[in-house]
Amino acid sequence: MAFAAFGGGGAAAVAEPAQLKKSWVAIGLLAPGLAYLALFFLAPLVSLLLTSLQVAPEGAGKGEYVQAFNWENYVVAIQSYWPHIVRSFSYALIATIAALLIGYPIAYFIGVTARKWPMIQALTLTLVIAPFFISFLLRTLAWKQILGDNSWIAQTLHGMGWLPPDQNIVGTPFSVIFGLTYNFLPFMVLPIYISLERLDRRYLEAGNDLYASPSTTFWKVTLPLSLPGVVSGTLLTFIPAAGDYINASQIYLGSPQTAMVGNVIDRTFLESQQYPIAAALSALLMGIVLIIVAIYVKRSGTEELL
Amino acid sequence: MAAPGAFAEAGADLELIGIHKRFPGFTAIESLDLTIPAGSFFALLGPSGCGKTTTLRLVAGLEQPTSGRILIGGEDVTDVKPYRRPVNTVFQSYALFPHMTVLENVAFGLKRRRIADAVAKAHEALELVELDHLAQRKPAQLSGGQQQRVALARAVVNRPALLLLDEPLGALDLKLRRQMQLELKSIQGEVGLTFLHVTHDQEEAMTMADTVAVMNKGEIEQMGSPEELYELPRTAFVANFLGQSNLFTGAVTSDTGDVIVVEVAGVKVAVPKGRAQRHTGEITIGVRPEKLVLHSAAAAPQAGVNVLGPGRVVDVSFSGVSTQYTVAIPGIGDIVVFAQNMAFGPVAQVGTEVWVAWQVEHGFGLADEPPGQERFIDDTSTGSLAQQTRQELLEELGEG
Repeated sequence: MAFAAFGGGGAAAVAEPAQLKKSWVAIGLLAPGLAYLALFFLAPLVSLLLTSLQVAPEGAGKGEYVQAFNWENYVVAIQSYWPHIVRSFSYALIATIAALLIGYPIAYFIGVTARKWPMIQALTLTLVIAPFFISFLLRTLAWKQILGDNSWIAQTLHGMGWLPPDQNIVGTPFSVIFGLTYNFLPFMVLPIYISLERLDRRYLEAGNDLYASPSTTFWKVTLPLSLPGVVSGTLLTFIPAAGDYINASQIYLGSPQTAMVGNVIDRTFLESQQYPIAAALSALLMGIVLIIVAIYVKRSGTEELL
Repeated sequence: MAAPGAFAEAGADLELIGIHKRFPGFTAIESLDLTIPAGSFFALLGPSGCGKTTTLRLVAGLEQPTSGRILIGGEDVTDVKPYRRPVNTVFQSYALFPHMTVLENVAFGLKRRRIADAVAKAHEALELVELDHLAQRKPAQLSGGQQQRVALARAVVNRPALLLLDEPLGALDLKLRRQMQLELKSIQGEVGLTFLHVTHDQEEAMTMADTVAVMNKGEIEQMGSPEELYELPRTAFVANFLGQSNLFTGAVTSDTGDVIVVEVAGVKVAVPKGRAQRHTGEITIGVRPEKLVLHSAAAAPQAGVNVLGPGRVVDVSFSGVSTQYTVAIPGIGDIVVFAQNMAFGPVAQVGTEVWVAWQVEHGFGLADEPPGQERFIDDTSTGSLAQQTRQELLEELGEG
C-alpha cells in the first residue's frame, strides 16, 4: 500500500521487481515489531476482553470462572465503581491542568528565554529530566515523607493554624493530585519545549510590528504555534495519570477515600480475585480514555498527531 | 501614534538624530542623521553588514539605539514600543504566521487595532496584490513571490504612516522582481505612504526610490536622487557600488577656473571644477563606462574631449543591448567601456589597438584621499567579513 503510494504511476511497471524486493525488505524489518505487538499487546487484549465476559459457575471457588458472554459484568463494574471512575478522570484532569500551568512557563523559559545562554538551557533541561534517574516509586515515597505528619511542612501548617490538628496532607485528594502532577510534569514540559524551541522569533517580531502587545502576541501567535506540543504534553500526562494506581494507593500518597480505578482493578484482581470485574474495569478505562482522546484531538485540530 | 480604530491620514516624516548603535563586540551604526520627508520613497543602499537593516529595525522599534532619537511625524518614538508605533514592516523572511490563512494574516494588524470591517479591508488589500483568490490558503501553500505579496498586503493594509521594506524582493526571480518593483511603486503612489526601503541591489534602489542613501560601515556616504548619485558620485565607494566606474589617480597640474587638469600617467585629463570635490594635490577622478567611446585611430587633440591611449582590447563580453570592452592601457591599467550595439556584433576584437575618449563634462572628481594603488576598494577584508558573519548570526538568533 505505502509503496504503491510512493511509486510513480508510469514508472511503476518498470520498477516492479525492485519494488517487490523493497517490500520484502520492509516486511522483514517490520516483522519483529509486528510479532511483538501481536504477542504482547493483541493477545493480552483479546484475553482481557474474553475475561471481562466470564462468569462464575455454580459452586465455584474463589477465582474460578468459565467463559461466557456475560455483559452483566460491565453493568456491575459501573454500578459498583462509578465513583472511582469519575474520581480517576477528575484527578487526572486537575493534574493535567496543573502540570500545564506549571510546565508551560518552564518549557517557555528553556525553549525561548534561555536561547541566549546555551549553558542555562542545557542545565534547566537536565533538571527537568533528572528525576527520571531515580525510581518513580522512590520519588513518590520521598514525597510521602516530605508531606507526612511529622514533616516540617505539616508541622508548620499545623503551627500556623492553616491546617486543622486532625487533618493530614498525605491521604487527601490534594496529595494524590500533587503526586500525579509532580510525576508526570516532565511529560508535559518536554513536548512543549520541543515545540517552543523551534518557534521562530521573527513571528513574534512580526506580531509586535502588527500592533499586537507581547501578551496578545503570546495568545495569537506563540500559543497556537506551540499547540502541537501542548496537545501531546496533555495527552502524555492525562492518559497515564487516569490509569495511575501508585500515587493514589495507601502505601504512597493516597487513602481509601482517594482510590482511583487503577487501585480498584489492583484490589479486585489481586485480592478478591474477581477477574471478570477487574477486566471489565480495565476495558472501560481504556474505552473512555480512547473516546476522550479522540474528541480532544479532533477539537484541538491537531489530527496530524495521531 | 497608532490610535485604535483609525488609519494614518498620510505618510509621516522620519527623522533620525545622532543615532549610534553598539552591539556587544561591534558597532553597527557609527553616527546617523537622516531626514526622510513625508510621502517619499527612500532607499537605504549598502552591502551586507553596513548597518542598513539595523537602521530599519531601530525605526520599527525592534532594536533600541545606544544613543540618539527617532522622530516619526515630529513625535519622539525612541522609547515607544514597536506595537504602538505607526510603522509596519515587510520582513526579509516575510514572517507570515504559518498557522493562519492568508486572509487572517492580512487582517491581523487591523483586528489588533479594532478597525471596523477588518475582513473586507483585508480582501481589498489582497485584491491590490492580486491574490484575493488565495485568501483561504495557508502561507506554506504559496510560492515565494506570492508570500512576498501577502507580506506586502499585510503591511500596507494598516495604512502605516511609514512602511519599512527589508530587502523584500531578495528571494524573487528577475522577472517577478521587476513586476513587484513596479507594483510597489504604484502602491506607494496610490496610498501616499512614506516608504523606507533597505536593499543591497543598486538597480532596485535606483528604479524605485526618489532618494537613495548609500550606506557603508555604519555611515551614510552619499544621499541624493538616483541620477545625482550615479552621475556625480562623491566617493570611490559610491562610484563603484552604484554601477561601475573607471577611476584614475593623479596630481592636479593646472586650474583654469572652469576645469582642473590632472596628470594621469603622463597624460593630461581634464575634469569640470564644479564636478570635482577637491581641487588640489593628488585626487581621484572617474568616468562611467558608458560615457566612453572607442576609437581605432588616435584622434586629433580636441577641446572638451579627453583621450587615453593607445591600449589593447583584452576582453569583449556581449550582453545583448551593449558590449563590455576591457581595454588595457600601459601605465594606467584596465578601463571598462560599455558600447551600445548599434551595429551587429562587437566593433573591436580582442587584441585590437584602440584609443578611449570621453567628453570632459562627463568626468567627476572624488572626495576620497587617493586609495594608493588599489583601483577598486575591497570590502572583503577579514574584519568586515567577520562583522558581516556576526551580524548574520545575530539576525538569525533574532538579536540582529
